[in-house]
Amino acid sequence: MTRSTKPSHDSRRKHTAVLVVLAVGMFGFAFALVPLYNVFCELTGLNGKTSSQAVNTERLPQASDREVTIQFLAQVAKGMPWEFRPTETELRVRLGEINTTRFYVRNRVSDAVIGQAVPSVAPGLAAQYLHKIECFCFTQQQLDGGGEMEMPVQFYVGTDLPEEVRTLTLSYTMFRVEPVLPDADHAHL
Amino acid sequence: MVAHADTLPKQRHPFIEFILRWLLTTNHKEIGTLYLCLSFTLFFVAGAMAMVVRAELFQPGIQFAEPELYNQMVTLHGLVMVFGAVMPAFVGLANWLIPMMIGAPDMALPRLNNFSFWILPFAFVLLLSSLFMEGGAPNFGWTFYAPLSTTYGPPSTDYFIFGVHLMGISSVLGSINIIVTILNLRAPGMTLMKMPLFVWTWLITAFLLIMAMPVLAGAVTMMLTDRHFGTSFFNAAGGGDPVFFQHVFWFFGHPEVYIMILPGFGIASQIIPTFARKKLFGYHSMVFATAAIAFLSFIVWGHHMFTTGMPLAGELFFMYATMLIAVPTGVKVFNWVATMWRGSMTFETPMLFALGFVMMFTIGGFSGLMLAIVPADIQYQDTFFVVAHFHYVLYPGAIFSTMAAAYYWLPKWTGHMYDERLGKIHFWTAAIAVNLTFFPMHFSGLAGMPRRVVDYSIAFADFNMVSSIGAGLLGLTQLLFLYIVIKTIRGGEKASDQVWEGAEGLEWTIPSPAPLHTFQTPPSLETSGYAATTAKH
Repeated sequence: MTRSTKPSHDSRRKHTAVLVVLAVGMFGFAFALVPLYNVFCELTGLNGKTSSQAVNTERLPQASDREVTIQFLAQVAKGMPWEFRPTETELRVRLGEINTTRFYVRNRVSDAVIGQAVPSVAPGLAAQYLHKIECFCFTQQQLDGGGEMEMPVQFYVGTDLPEEVRTLTLSYTMFRVEPVLPDADHAHL
Repeated sequence: MVAHADTLPKQRHPFIEFILRWLLTTNHKEIGTLYLCLSFTLFFVAGAMAMVVRAELFQPGIQFAEPELYNQMVTLHGLVMVFGAVMPAFVGLANWLIPMMIGAPDMALPRLNNFSFWILPFAFVLLLSSLFMEGGAPNFGWTFYAPLSTTYGPPSTDYFIFGVHLMGISSVLGSINIIVTILNLRAPGMTLMKMPLFVWTWLITAFLLIMAMPVLAGAVTMMLTDRHFGTSFFNAAGGGDPVFFQHVFWFFGHPEVYIMILPGFGIASQIIPTFARKKLFGYHSMVFATAAIAFLSFIVWGHHMFTTGMPLAGELFFMYATMLIAVPTGVKVFNWVATMWRGSMTFETPMLFALGFVMMFTIGGFSGLMLAIVPADIQYQDTFFVVAHFHYVLYPGAIFSTMAAAYYWLPKWTGHMYDERLGKIHFWTAAIAVNLTFFPMHFSGLAGMPRRVVDYSIAFADFNMVSSIGAGLLGLTQLLFLYIVIKTIRGGEKASDQVWEGAEGLEWTIPSPAPLHTFQTPPSLETSGYAATTAKH
C-alpha cells in the first residue's frame, strides 16, 4: 500500500478497472430493474396490473354465495379520437361466477384508427383476483372512420378475494396505437 | 515547460497563459479551487432562484412570478443546489484535503481529475441555457417524475437529460479517482483505521456515488428513449409504468441524500476535536456508523413512495429500515457530544458552524423520523413539512458543514487568517436566518400547505411571510461570506503552519499557505507526531 513502487502503479490500474466495471454494472442494473420490476409486480399482483393473458376456463372454482360490486370505468388517452364508455357502470357479481359486460367505442374521425386498451384495477392488491377469460384488451382493436362497436369482457372474481374488499373498480384507458417513427416527438402527441 | 529556449514560439499573451494554466492544470489543489469556485458561483445562482420563489410566496396570490416561471425556478433551484453547489463543494474539499491528509503528492489520476472538473461547467451551461429556450426550462421539480418529464416535459428537457449525464460522468470519474487515491497513496504506516475521518467518509461517499449515479444515468436515458425513440419504460400505453420511474429515481435519490451529508459528518469529526482539544470519541464506531448508513441508504428508497399504493408489507419494511438509520446517526451525534464533554472548548467560527451543524442537522433528522412513520407520512407527503425537513438536513447540514470547512482550512489554503469578528457575525445571522426561513415551514406543512404550488390559502400567509423574510436575510448573509472569503484571499493576519492550537493531522505539518506541491516524498508518521496522536484509537 505504499507508493512510488512499481506494484503500486499496477494496483492503481487494477482498482480503476474494478471501479469502472462497477459503475458500468450499476448503469446496467438500472435497466435490469425493468424486468425485475415487472416480474415482482406480476408475482405480487401489485400496481393494479391484471394479467394480459386469458385464464384457463377448465379449472373454474365453485361459485360462492359472497357478492361484490364491480364498477367499470373507461377513458381515452390524450390524442385518441374515440368515444369509449362502459355499457353498464356497475355490476353485482358472485365470486367464482362468470360474467360478461360490454364496452362501447366509436371512432369520431374519418380515418381508421388502431387502439389498445390498458386495464387497471383498484384497489391494486385486488388485481390478482380479477380473472379475465376474454377481453378486448388482450389485442389491438381497429375501427374504420366513424365505425363503432361493442367489445365484451368476460371475467370472474376469484373466491379467495380478501374479506375486506367489497368493491372492485376495473378501469380501461384506450391508447392510440400508431407506427412510431424514430424521431416522433412524444411531447407534442 | 522548457522556458526561454531560442526555438520557442513567441510569448503567449498573459491572459491566454492564465486560461491555459487553469484549463490544463492537473494539480489537486488548483482543481480543488476550481471546484470550490464553481460551487460558490452556482450556490449564488441557485440562491437567486430561491429568492424568486420566496418573493413570490411572500404573500398569497400571484405577484410577479407567473406559475410557469415559478415552476422553473423551483426545479432549477433544486437541481443546481444539489448537483452544482453541494456536490462540487464536497468534491473540491476532497481534492484539496485528501492528498494532504494522507500524505500523498497528488490525486492518483491527475489528468482524469482535470477532465472530471471541466465537464461540469458545460453540464451547467446546458442545464441553465434551457432558461432562455422556447417553452422554458424544466418545470417538473427536481425529482422529474414521469410522465411530467416525459410526455409533458418542455422541449428543453433534452438539455436537462444531457446535463445530468455529464454531471453523472463527472461524479463517477471523480469518485473513482478519490477511491484509487485513498487505497494507493497513503503515507507508509497510515493504515485504513488511522485515516482522518474526513477521508473515511469520502471513501464511503465515493462508493455511494459510483453505485448511485449510474442508476440516475439509466433513468434519464430511459426518459430520453421514451421521449424520442418510441420506448415505453414509463408509459402505461406501451406496457410501462410511471411508478417504475419513482423506483429507479429514488434508488438513486436516497443514496444521493447521504452523498450530500456524509462528507459533512467527516468535516464535523475533524473540527470538533480540534476546538474541544480532545481526541475524537469513538473513532471506530464513527467509521462503522458511516458504513452502516451507506448500506442502509440503498434499501430505504420506498419511504419516498408510501402514497403510491404500496402493500402493507412493503410499507412496514421501508418504515423500519428507515427508522434503523437513526441508530448509526445517533451514534455519530453521541460521539460528537462525547468528544466535547469536558473538553477545553473555544468557539471560533469553524467550531460555531460545526456545532450549528450538529444541532440543526439533528432537528432535520428528527423530522425525518416523523416522515418515516407511514400513517403520519400519508398526511405529510408533498407538504411544506417535507420542504422543512430536507432543508434542515441540507442547509445546516451540508452547507453549514461546507462553511465550517471553509473557515477551518481557509488559513491553510490562503496563508491568511479570516476576520474572526465578521465570521462570527456571519454564523449568528446565518443561524438565525436559517431557522427563521425553515422552521415556520414545519407548521405551514402540518397545516396542509402543499409544496411546489405558486399560490396558497391565506391561512398560511403569516408563516410564509416569516419564511420569506428569513430567506432574504439568509441570502444577504451569504454575500457577507463571499466578502469574508475574498478578504481572506487578498490578505490578513499571517496564519501559522498549525493554524489552530488543537489541530492534528498531516495537513497541519506543511507550511501555510500550502505550497503547490506537497509530500513529494512520503512523510514519516512518527516524526510528524501523527502516529502518537492516533495511537490511542
